[in-house]
Amino acid sequence: MATVEALPLEIVDRIGGAVDQVGAEERAASLSRRSIKKDSKLWALDLAIRCCDLTTLEGSDSPGKVRQLASKAIRPAPGDPSIPHVAALCVYPNLVPTAVEALRGSGVKVASVATGFPSGQMPLELRLAEIERAIDAGADEIDIVISRGLFLAGDERAVFEEVASSKRAAGEAHVKAILEIGELGSYDRIRRAALVAMAAGADTIKTSTGKVSPASTLPAALVMAEAIRDFEEYGGRAVGLKVAGGIRTAKDAIRYLVIVHETLGDDWLSPDRFRIGASSLLNDLLMQIDFQRNGFYSDPDRYTLD
Amino acid sequence: MAGRWGYSPAPESTEIASVRDTYGLFIGGEFVEPLSGDYLKTINPATEEVLSAIPIAGDQDIDRAVEAARKAFAKWSKLHPSQRAKYMFRIARVIQERSRELAVLESMNGGKPIKESRDVDVPLVAAHFFYHAGWADKLQYAFPGHEAKPLGVAGQVIPWNFPLLMLAWKIAPALATGNTVVLKPAETTPLTALTFAEICLQVGLPPGVVNIVTGAGPTGAALVRHPGIDKVAFTGSTEVGKEIQKTIAGTSKKLTLELGGKAANVIFDDAPLDQAVEGIVNGIFFNQGHVCCAGSRLLVQESVAARLVDKLKRRLSTLRLGDPLDKNTDIGAINSRDQLEKIRRLVGIGVEEGAELYQAECDIPDRGFWFPPTVFTGVSQSHRIAQEEIFGPVLSVMTFRTPDEAVEKANNTPYGLSAGVWTEKGSRILWMADRLRAGVVWANTFNRFDPGSPFGGYKESGFGREGGRHGLESYVSLEPSR
Repeated sequence: MATVEALPLEIVDRIGGAVDQVGAEERAASLSRRSIKKDSKLWALDLAIRCCDLTTLEGSDSPGKVRQLASKAIRPAPGDPSIPHVAALCVYPNLVPTAVEALRGSGVKVASVATGFPSGQMPLELRLAEIERAIDAGADEIDIVISRGLFLAGDERAVFEEVASSKRAAGEAHVKAILEIGELGSYDRIRRAALVAMAAGADTIKTSTGKVSPASTLPAALVMAEAIRDFEEYGGRAVGLKVAGGIRTAKDAIRYLVIVHETLGDDWLSPDRFRIGASSLLNDLLMQIDFQRNGFYSDPDRYTLD
Repeated sequence: MAGRWGYSPAPESTEIASVRDTYGLFIGGEFVEPLSGDYLKTINPATEEVLSAIPIAGDQDIDRAVEAARKAFAKWSKLHPSQRAKYMFRIARVIQERSRELAVLESMNGGKPIKESRDVDVPLVAAHFFYHAGWADKLQYAFPGHEAKPLGVAGQVIPWNFPLLMLAWKIAPALATGNTVVLKPAETTPLTALTFAEICLQVGLPPGVVNIVTGAGPTGAALVRHPGIDKVAFTGSTEVGKEIQKTIAGTSKKLTLELGGKAANVIFDDAPLDQAVEGIVNGIFFNQGHVCCAGSRLLVQESVAARLVDKLKRRLSTLRLGDPLDKNTDIGAINSRDQLEKIRRLVGIGVEEGAELYQAECDIPDRGFWFPPTVFTGVSQSHRIAQEEIFGPVLSVMTFRTPDEAVEKANNTPYGLSAGVWTEKGSRILWMADRLRAGVVWANTFNRFDPGSPFGGYKESGFGREGGRHGLESYVSLEPSR
């Protein structure tokens, strides 16, 4: 990933824009009724695997758990070479060394959350130090959280500076800024926060930590995709989108893909620009692929639980 | 590396909808052969395949139908209102039960996308019958201090753009208030009306309460001028509406007309632009623009015009035109060859007048009637495409500078059926709604319908209201309560 310069915060005002809640929710609902069948479904399921950030973010995470998940990330369906590896394995900073070791040479990226995940309520120096630790340990990607407290208090400049500092601290690593849409309260604020994060240099904006309810929602993803589209038009940079939290079924994943497809276009249908953060989703994707190919569902125990 | 994602075909199965080779007229509770002996072929506008042969009702057939309705009126109007409600609730429930079949038929015969007939038309049809069934035994509350008496036999002529929904708008209030009806569906889209006739039989509706006579313009004209009709309700073109007014002038027939439109969709600079784009798309491309209240004139505040038009053009490229029965189709077939030619002619005029044409690139099927989503920019009030109803997927974009100018331009039309206002400012919505001369003003949305909300026009868009308490008024004579 190339280093990205922050744009001045003023671009957020220049892009501006309001969101109508009823209209945004209707549009998302209408896109979720797209009927994706046969070849186009198989294609989408394969893409969803390639865009997957296989995630474990629990207090109980251990090196053993991470090594098992890494194996799943590399070969989601052992014995079926047609199934691609996922995009990344997402873990806490402490477990980055284990993940790096387990994924070496596989093409699967190591992503680490940082900056006092999930609340971000930690002094900035410590948050930046956490990013540096994760980078030093070999993380390719850093999922940071924005300070929702500062943002809701109206201090967009501080949020902007923090994200920009985080981006600098991450160096060459790909930075995904988590907006935590469940704490922002309105689509207008989601749009605004998305623009601030992008202006500050985030490579990807991400819906949620998965630790707050509601986590990712289709309308929020739509509003963020629209903000990405406007930002590219004004700032000339293509920013990625990551949806995370509560996405458990292939059907859900395809709904997000449709939103991305019809809002941002085919260029975003790639792990470079779209990610789905999930854990249990992967097995449903595999199961649905088999169903498309064979015409029947296989025993759930044919899919490994890691 | 990104790939290209094309959605595989996802056609709704047509097996559920059985179309007969030939139909009869529905008169006095049975399907009868037309005395005229004439039939017309009804087709699928997406494929030009013939679906069925439909009788053309002649003068004698109209006589029979009106007579059957008159005979039924004697009992139906005296039936206890809760009994009328019972039949109407049954109709509403059967429509829900047979909703998939009705949606498929509507899309096959009319060309509209299945997602619209399935998610909009048919659910609204059922809602209309439920709503009016509820009124049947509560009319004294609709008109306090008055006794609402039915008028008698209603002659109803409906258009081809929302065949079953317009039937519901006509039949439900008429039946709830104790009238009986003779309804003529449009020449090109009779199939759901004839299926509705089957539903009347299925629910045991007394014979003659609903009669359905098919045919073309002359059949409608014969129905309207028939001396046995007490009330005429028409939805269609302003031209025909004027003819009807001439025909029934000097008679005691009551009349409601719901005619054409050239609605302004007004976008202020503070509007939520992405949602406004959806509203614009829904306003003009919903049902291929075959909507009398379509938002066919886009008035954009000049300061955001360029940005909004860019967004709109981009959105156009994602619209999926094609097989109406495909669940992912956004734009279906144009209803008829005649209508397609009319759209082409007016679009040609727009180009000659110097407006700038933009059409989304899309593959047009080899057979059937199709027209790509079209946007004209640089349109002036004086252009014919800004004045005349095109009734197709064609949008004329104009700009304004101040709210006063927006109101002036929006109202500067012979029509007045609907309007849209897009702004984040609540007070401006109310200010605009006060000044727009249109029967319906939508705020930050477009093309929303509800049986409880009266719909109808100003000026050449017609008179009378359909839906809500106001809609009942067109089917009753009010006398002070004793």
